[in-house]
Amino acid sequence: MMHRRTLLGSALAAASIGGRAARAADAPQLTVVSFGGAYQEAQSKALFQPAAKALGITLKEETYTGIADLRLKVKAGAVTWDVVASGSGSAAHAGAEGILEKLDYKTIDVSTFLPGTWQDYCVGGDVFSTVLAWNTKTYGAHGPQSWADFWDVKKFPGKRSYRNAVAGSLEPALMADGVPADKVYATLSAPGGIERAIRKIKELKPHVAVWWTSGAQHAQLMKDGEVDMVNGWNGRFDAVAKDGGNVAYTFNQALLDYDAYAIPKGAPHKDLAMKFLAEISKPQYQAALTGFITYGPTNSKAYDLGTIAPAYAAKLPSFPANAAKQLTVDIAWYIKFEAQASQAYQNMLTE
Amino acid sequence: MSAGGPANAAGLRRDALRERLALFSLSLPALVLVVVTMVIPVAWLFWLSFLADDGSLSLVNYRRLVVQPSYGRILLTTFEVSGLATLICVVLGYPLAYVLSQLRPRVANLCMLGVLMPFWTSILVRTYAWLVLLQRNGLVNDWGKRLGLWEAPVSLVYNLPGTLVGLVHIMLPFLVLPLYGSMRAIDRDYLRAAANLGASPAAAFRQVFFPLSLPGLLAGSLIVFILCLGAYVTPAMLGGGRVIMVANGIATDIQMFFNWGAASALGVVLLVLAAAMLFIASRLTRLDRLFGSHGT
Repeated sequence: MMHRRTLLGSALAAASIGGRAARAADAPQLTVVSFGGAYQEAQSKALFQPAAKALGITLKEETYTGIADLRLKVKAGAVTWDVVASGSGSAAHAGAEGILEKLDYKTIDVSTFLPGTWQDYCVGGDVFSTVLAWNTKTYGAHGPQSWADFWDVKKFPGKRSYRNAVAGSLEPALMADGVPADKVYATLSAPGGIERAIRKIKELKPHVAVWWTSGAQHAQLMKDGEVDMVNGWNGRFDAVAKDGGNVAYTFNQALLDYDAYAIPKGAPHKDLAMKFLAEISKPQYQAALTGFITYGPTNSKAYDLGTIAPAYAAKLPSFPANAAKQLTVDIAWYIKFEAQASQAYQNMLTE
Repeated sequence: MSAGGPANAAGLRRDALRERLALFSLSLPALVLVVVTMVIPVAWLFWLSFLADDGSLSLVNYRRLVVQPSYGRILLTTFEVSGLATLICVVLGYPLAYVLSQLRPRVANLCMLGVLMPFWTSILVRTYAWLVLLQRNGLVNDWGKRLGLWEAPVSLVYNLPGTLVGLVHIMLPFLVLPLYGSMRAIDRDYLRAAANLGASPAAAFRQVFFPLSLPGLLAGSLIVFILCLGAYVTPAMLGGGRVIMVANGIATDIQMFFNWGAASALGVVLLVLAAAMLFIASRLTRLDRLFGSHGT
């Protein structure tokens, strides 16, 4: 969720790359880059610094705006980062593009990871959900419970907000159209599947007041009561509710996605980076992260340590009972179909 | 006067040349700035737009603009929104500039300050302010309900009207300034002469004042229209994803598709269309005069 940022940010970061490239990468330290803000602060306190201490290495933290920055670095042959934090989808793209190193799962232990939260080129760090959230002032505590309800404007009259991008947008449409969760990606991969989902969204279009572009925006929309229902990222709604906003959400039919870590192609300390990833993938680190931010661990063993309070654990996206209600985002589908689906989605939006 | 002959004439020519060079060197910094910050990036953009993903020369990016229906619609929306915003600016701005031009200069200057005030605040802040005012539980909807104008909240923002409100607010000074200038320059004696010859005030305005104010009106409208073509923040924030203009399309191409080529092609098309509009406008009017150059 931290990986969606502004054009300006990318441009600034791109401009600063030239200066950094000149620095030789011979210092015996690991450079980790993430998205800054509250997210990186949580990562730093729960993962980066403790892991560096455990491995006895010095660590340098930097901030970037996303994979586009890394692409420039790799193309310029001036990679100074050893570990990058990224969204799972972006990381998958980057891996397919050849700008990431293949991860060594003999070093990184993912045996207790949630299924689908690690790939050839990146390993999951935390889990978030794209959920159905509603305004409790409009619908009470028991609002819409499924995507079929989200589409049902008779039973649940009110304004909707939906994402302006294709990621995480087609799956709910198909579920609303009656496709069972476990058949969603098979349907989307079959000919006509994307069109079917787009058709369903077109049906809802007159009731979509706002096509949101960022997590901050959909949080604000719910906080202001501008819309009555939205698909969005659970952590943001928790923050709004904590702020006194009238919002609740359900994990039912939500999409389970994750933020991940990867090693850039040509990283100066590749082997050390691999050990570092192995370290922060251990359950105790992941359990610690939940204390700083409401994203769940990818390593389900983190729940068995007893360090996460049970009441709190039950609210996390990857808590087994919650995870069981959700559909895990299929990165492979996105690698293959995202460009095509994205174009169809943009066509639908401009209609 | 005739003394000196050819030698003096050559000297005069040399002096003229020296003066021209001196003037040119004065404009050099500005010229360098324009080349570095404007010409080179645009040329690079132009070049990028003809490159396919694999780096080979190709028209694939332009083909996409034609094949995918979204781009045509985005361009259409851009011109529609820009045209509407310009029209509203004219309707609101002309009377405003007229009233200002009739005031005593000191009072007019004070009022002008009011027109220019919005320039002191960032576009982002002003756009957010509109969001606060126009949203479902915003001030305008609150007052409308309280005054009994409407019962259910009215959709004032996250749509075309909301976008137009934001754009007009930002663009109005760009219309009023040149218009006011050209109205101030109109000699009042012309109107007195018209009255003397029996024209009613309305006829004098229609037949004398209005035609004389046209160059200013055209200049202002052109500036507003072209600025609107590149609008990004306002449609992004007040359009609710339903008003997608070219700049928003470009951002999508880069952020979602990582496609610099497609984004560049869209930029080039917009540039060419804007240039074409300027060209047509220049054929219809004397553009150089519009923008204040009094060269012969």
